Amino acid sequence: MATTTPTRGAHGSRPGRRAPKPMTPGRQAWRSRLWRFDDKASPYAYIAPFFLVFGAFGLYPLVYTGWIALHKVEMTGLDQMEWVGWENFSTILQDSEFWTAVTNTFVIGVISTVPQLMVALGLAHLLNYKLRASTFWRTVILTPYATSVASAALVFALVFRADGGLLNWVLGFFGFGETNWVNGHWTSNIAIAVIVIWRWTGYNTLIYLAAMQAVPSDLYEAASLDGASRWQQFRNVTIPALRPTILFTIVISTIGSMQLFGEPLLLEGGTNGAQGGTEHQYETLSIYLYNYGWNLGHLGTAAAVAWAMLVLLLLIAAINWLIGRLGRKTAA
Amino acid sequence: MTTTSPITAPDHRRVSKAAVRDEPPRRRRLKPGAGRQHHAGPFAYFALAVVGIGSLFPLYWTLVAASRTQDEILDTTPPLIPGGNLFHNLQAAWEQAHLGKAIVNTVIVSASITLATLFFCTLAGYAFAKMRFRGRGALMTAVIATLTIPPQLSVVPLFMMMSDIGWGGQLESVIFPTLVSAFGVFFMRQYLLEALPYELIEAGRVDGANNLRIVWSIVLPVARPAMMVLGMLTFVQAWNDFFWPYLALNQENPTLQVALGQLSAAYVPDQSIVMAGALISTLPLLVVFVIFGKQIVGGIMSGAVKG
Repeated sequence: MATTTPTRGAHGSRPGRRAPKPMTPGRQAWRSRLWRFDDKASPYAYIAPFFLVFGAFGLYPLVYTGWIALHKVEMTGLDQMEWVGWENFSTILQDSEFWTAVTNTFVIGVISTVPQLMVALGLAHLLNYKLRASTFWRTVILTPYATSVASAALVFALVFRADGGLLNWVLGFFGFGETNWVNGHWTSNIAIAVIVIWRWTGYNTLIYLAAMQAVPSDLYEAASLDGASRWQQFRNVTIPALRPTILFTIVISTIGSMQLFGEPLLLEGGTNGAQGGTEHQYETLSIYLYNYGWNLGHLGTAAAVAWAMLVLLLLIAAINWLIGRLGRKTAA
Repeated sequence: MTTTSPITAPDHRRVSKAAVRDEPPRRRRLKPGAGRQHHAGPFAYFALAVVGIGSLFPLYWTLVAASRTQDEILDTTPPLIPGGNLFHNLQAAWEQAHLGKAIVNTVIVSASITLATLFFCTLAGYAFAKMRFRGRGALMTAVIATLTIPPQLSVVPLFMMMSDIGWGGQLESVIFPTLVSAFGVFFMRQYLLEALPYELIEAGRVDGANNLRIVWSIVLPVARPAMMVLGMLTFVQAWNDFFWPYLALNQENPTLQVALGQLSAAYVPDQSIVMAGALISTLPLLVVFVIFGKQIVGGIMSGAVKG
């Protein structure tokens, strides 16, 4: 491909490494300036679209949310903003429904993330064995990922129905009475967690599997030479090697559970869904935000909810970080 | 095209590599103890089968429910095999929920988001992987940091902005905020870091190609496999997106997911018709998944880990 062997810099592409071409001096200077400009500007031009789009539709609205949260803005008149100061914030902080939503988001987050990641870890371990039709198993386990929140929530709504629901029918075989899943606080939270677990376990499994396959086999060899059982190898080789990946999935799942919207909205559908159940028993923060902004039409208050979510997210991030640090310390 | 080409790699290199590691030539397995070398036992297959059934059953039951009547689904013994009402339900769903329009909208939205994401993310991924420029590390960190910001935090002003620009309820309001993705930039960067040797870029430069030319005739061909995977992942995501489209679009101009949400929110929804809608919205992706499942699996495994 190359006509001459290029003298290579430590890491390749540096300006001024091109084969010189015979040219008139003035033209050459202009060309080389053009080249240099191309080299200097191109990287920025290539990454610019990301930052432009993110700035316009991500960062700017994020900051602007804080400003809107200090105003009264109604769905009926989007261009009328009336300064109200902290009123929106005090409204939601004094609203018991807000705290229900915080609790629900937290509870659903925990009871969906913890079992999900543990099952994913176990499944990844199984898939890491020499397996017949391994691609088939991986694909099957990932299939729920291709399903939308809406479809998943609607199918599971039927599964969890009180009368004529699939789950109660199955439980009936084992002698359990009918449970009104959607009405109970815990049961409805479990139902939503099941939808989340169903959709995301396969995804996390594959992430863990990839990380497991990157563990050098020398480590296992050494462990087995030392007489470690398979469980001990899993416990003392696999898990420590996967620590960064596990942290990554915890972060991703936590952020995901902060956003739960479609699952609770469609569990019952209609007005019940829009307020997270008759008693708000499965109302999440996203539903709370939607209800204030798009159902009741108070966008200013909805913006205050968004900022409350941001604060919670930072809190969770801090806790995650602390746990990560602690984990590293105890490991060392 | 891979980083190391087995043909040109001289033989002595492999020898010296072993010497550097200061090890005798390795015997294969000393003891069949290493975890991944084990064959899976019957328990593993049993467990996988249980999980597999759990994964697929809700999808199968969507089909069952979509082909029955509401009374049959909600009977005290729910049906477990499909019935004969599928066509009727599909037709009813089609009429009740603007599904025709929704399909066209969803295809427009998903296709444009996918194409734009592929274009912009490949460019940015290439810049981050192989070009040197001031602030590269910090900017890449910024890209990854944006992954942690939930869309919930910015929907209120976004909604107001869209209505200001005149995109309220229009597909543009769903397409434009998603034209690029941080995951995509990261994914392409990771791939190109390994798959694109500096020698190739260098060779292009020696031949007098400018940067755009290098992207077009060197980077794009190398990036193609990763672009395929990113394209499918993005398409699946765009097709299934619910939260923002549900807020931004209206009943007359929905995507499939929005239409589905509205179908279920109808005054007295007929569950068999809702399920028919769910089937319509899921089926195209399942087909994609059956055909490209292997690549999507590989893509998730290669993309999400290395950090």
